Amino acid sequence: MGFVLVQFLTGLASASSLFLVAAGLTVIFGVTRVVNFAHGSLYMLGAYLGWTILSRLPGGPAWFAGGVVLAGLGIAAVGVLIEVLLLQRIYKAPELLQLLATFGVVLVVQDLVLKLWGPNDLTLSRPPWMRSFVQIAGERMPFYDLLMIGIGPLVLLALWLLFTRTRWGTLVRAATQDREMVAALGVDQRLLFTTVFALGAGLAGIGGALALPDGSANGQMDLTAITDAFVVVVVGGLGSLPGAYLASLLIALLQAFGIVLLPKITLVLVFVVMAVVLVVRPNGLLGRKLTLARGEANTLALVRPAEPALRWLGVAALLLAVWAPWFVGPFALSVMTEMLVAMLFAASLHVMMGPGGMPSFGHAAWFGLGAYGAAFAVKGLALSMPAALVVAPFGAALAALVFGGFVVRLSGVYLAMLTLAFAQIVWAVMFQAVSVTGGDNGILGVWPAGWASNPRVFYWLTLAICVACVLVLRRALYAPFGYALRATRDSALRAEAIGLNAGSLRLVALVIAGAAAGLAGGLAAFSKGSVFPTYISIDRSVDALVMVLLGGVQSMAGPVVGALAYTGLFDMLLMVTDLWRLVLGLSIIALVLVFPQGIAGTTYRLWLRGREA
Amino acid sequence: MTILNVAGISKSFGGVRAVADVSFSVAAGEMLALIGPNGAGKSTCFNMLNGQTAPDSGRVTLQGRDITGLSPRRIWRLGVGRTFQITATFASMTVRENVQVALLAHHRRVWRFLRPAFAWFGAEADGLLAQVGMAEQASRAAGVLAYGDLKRLELAIALANAPALLLMDEPTAGMAPSERVALMRLARDLASQRGIAVLFTEHDMDVVFGVADRILVLNRGELIAEGDGPAIRSDARVRAVYLGSGATSGGH
Ligand SMILES: Nc1ncnc2c1ncn2[C@@H]1O[C@H](COP(=O)(O)OP(=O)(O)OP(=O)(O)O)[C@@H](O)[C@H]1O
Ligand SMILES: [Mg+2]
Repeated sequence: MGFVLVQFLTGLASASSLFLVAAGLTVIFGVTRVVNFAHGSLYMLGAYLGWTILSRLPGGPAWFAGGVVLAGLGIAAVGVLIEVLLLQRIYKAPELLQLLATFGVVLVVQDLVLKLWGPNDLTLSRPPWMRSFVQIAGERMPFYDLLMIGIGPLVLLALWLLFTRTRWGTLVRAATQDREMVAALGVDQRLLFTTVFALGAGLAGIGGALALPDGSANGQMDLTAITDAFVVVVVGGLGSLPGAYLASLLIALLQAFGIVLLPKITLVLVFVVMAVVLVVRPNGLLGRKLTLARGEANTLALVRPAEPALRWLGVAALLLAVWAPWFVGPFALSVMTEMLVAMLFAASLHVMMGPGGMPSFGHAAWFGLGAYGAAFAVKGLALSMPAALVVAPFGAALAALVFGGFVVRLSGVYLAMLTLAFAQIVWAVMFQAVSVTGGDNGILGVWPAGWASNPRVFYWLTLAICVACVLVLRRALYAPFGYALRATRDSALRAEAIGLNAGSLRLVALVIAGAAAGLAGGLAAFSKGSVFPTYISIDRSVDALVMVLLGGVQSMAGPVVGALAYTGLFDMLLMVTDLWRLVLGLSIIALVLVFPQGIAGTTYRLWLRGREA
Repeated sequence: MTILNVAGISKSFGGVRAVADVSFSVAAGEMLALIGPNGAGKSTCFNMLNGQTAPDSGRVTLQGRDITGLSPRRIWRLGVGRTFQITATFASMTVRENVQVALLAHHRRVWRFLRPAFAWFGAEADGLLAQVGMAEQASRAAGVLAYGDLKRLELAIALANAPALLLMDEPTAGMAPSERVALMRLARDLASQRGIAVLFTEHDMDVVFGVADRILVLNRGELIAEGDGPAIRSDARVRAVYLGSGATSGGH
């Protein structure tokens, strides 16, 4: 009995920590509609700043509280900096571009933290009061955890008072419901947004500092925190504070007991919970249906087939690519093979995200399934490489068909998060089914067939497959199917009124995207000779997202240019500097500010304008 | 011949009775106007006819077939075209492509993956666009059209399935008075020549009395009068709740 109680209390304590990060994220989203990917970075900065402050202060509880608040204020200031320098310029940009920009911030913060605080985990030396225990029903309960239990509800109460009892709070709530009205009332929206962002950042900072006694400040906490926070916010319903607390409780308690009952499932438990909630309640537990996202006008720019000049450019690039193996070295050749795979991977995501209007945070799921499918085919079924390259897309497409039924009913961030949940579940399966997949050690020795073992031949094969597939995808997007798909994105109302079945169109788009991504995964497996769970990691999904957004979502040229630029930039940076994240992050931010339509989209626009002038 | 028959449909939102027990019918070739002040329930009526909203009670019959509660998709297939009060078009496509997509859906050619979309039903689309006076604008992006032109485009899209019933929710909003008359005369011709039943709402009373065969007056969800122009003009209840001081033009 005592054990259950302690487990329950531990769950409550971690619910509080979850809530602190999620609260800031949900408040920021509710008001500014920005999906702040950098929220986990603010949390991490809070932990590091907290460490710097707290390790210099005396150990008493009052000093600790003061230090935590100070860290919170510091991070609020960082938040103001980010909001004023970056977000203010892109509030009108499409949602996904804002996401890309905040991802740039994530990269920058990672390198800054590494430079300022070094690569080691930083722990706080804990004074006696922090280490003390309380006897509860015969079990020992850390005193600090009991403190944490109180903090969650306390913060919820404080925020509730702030939002209901102050003029500022009233304005913020009004802005959440009707932006135009608040603007019409003559309220300085800018200041409102900045203060909201500062509040959210401060909460994340406090959350980070409070996590120190039970853990450490380390370089991985940003991605863990952002994933957890996103899950909580989405499960609770975007923009809903009580929802966020409810979701924190649900997830933390399930986690606390899940770890006891089914230790294996803890890796994915939160994602399973999220998937179930989203399938049952498409807007989260307490969320309302979102009003139309802003910035749509941008993505709805007229889509035209490529001009002849652009086609010739493509043909020239292709000829150069065919010719390349004769004059580049083996390393460059392997990089180029990788770029081709990335291109197909990004193009497959474009089918979903561009004309399909379905952003995905978990596109690596299909890539990874294709890779594992190919590996199983070769190692398990002893099939040949060509057969394995057929298995790869079919396996991924089949999975996409099964998952897709749930995915296509959702929209926006909810849809993206459900894809992420599926990707994480697939990842966990591959990670934990050690007897079949080798777990973390992966599957090795997935080598191309004898005739394709020469790197040049394999490169040409990859080139042929990837280019052909991208062209076929492009063709489908300009065929009736693609137009009908785009119609459902442009106006769901009108599409339905002219007899288009949005559900099946989106599902087929997802299956096609899954198949293409699976083929890319299969090619990757053979080019590397091995398959690992990292093929399905969040990083890889984010890579695909960044490639598509970097290039622009308007046309197929976008993901192609984006993939080549991103992988090229990445490999180049890796060679010349150890601060590659900083440079890459800053380049992404600069690109977002300079090319609001993506590289390909904006260049094309400027070129068109130049010709018209 | 009766195309549409509506029997006692009602719809409430929360406590608001948006439409209360409304019955009427439209015959082939007839122009029926549905008028009433803002918030009278006109758009809600339209939504129940094309499947956007399911009625709380009552029946909607199209050419003898019960269509109550069917999806907009199904109802379009049965031959109902509709324009929206707040226009809904495909902004990333040209005007012609907007109509082509509707034609592709109508001819069930959506699941084609190879032949480019522009090669399908181009002439037919141009024909529809010429009908509504949008031929010159066929290659422009729908996203940049003036409001009146968007309304015309909507009409062309609504005609793409060769409808038996055409629903037009404020088709002339945003147009100059002369354009309004021209567009409604076009609708009038379509109704007479092809035997299309047309139900429309309109705030411009000159337009309404000019082209409608029959007029329904809705107020706070209830049907308060029905008849031809002169009958409606002289109806005391209509004058009281809708026309107010007796003005016969303008609107809101
Ligand atoms: N989806 C909805 N949810 C709640 N209330 C609604 C909804 N749609 C309409 N209403 C309400 O129903 C009533 C009728 O609205 P409707 O749009 O049908 O009027 P209308 O006659 O078309 O007005 P207008 O001339 O302004 O277009 C109004 O009180 C409106 O607020
Ligand atoms: Mg209306």
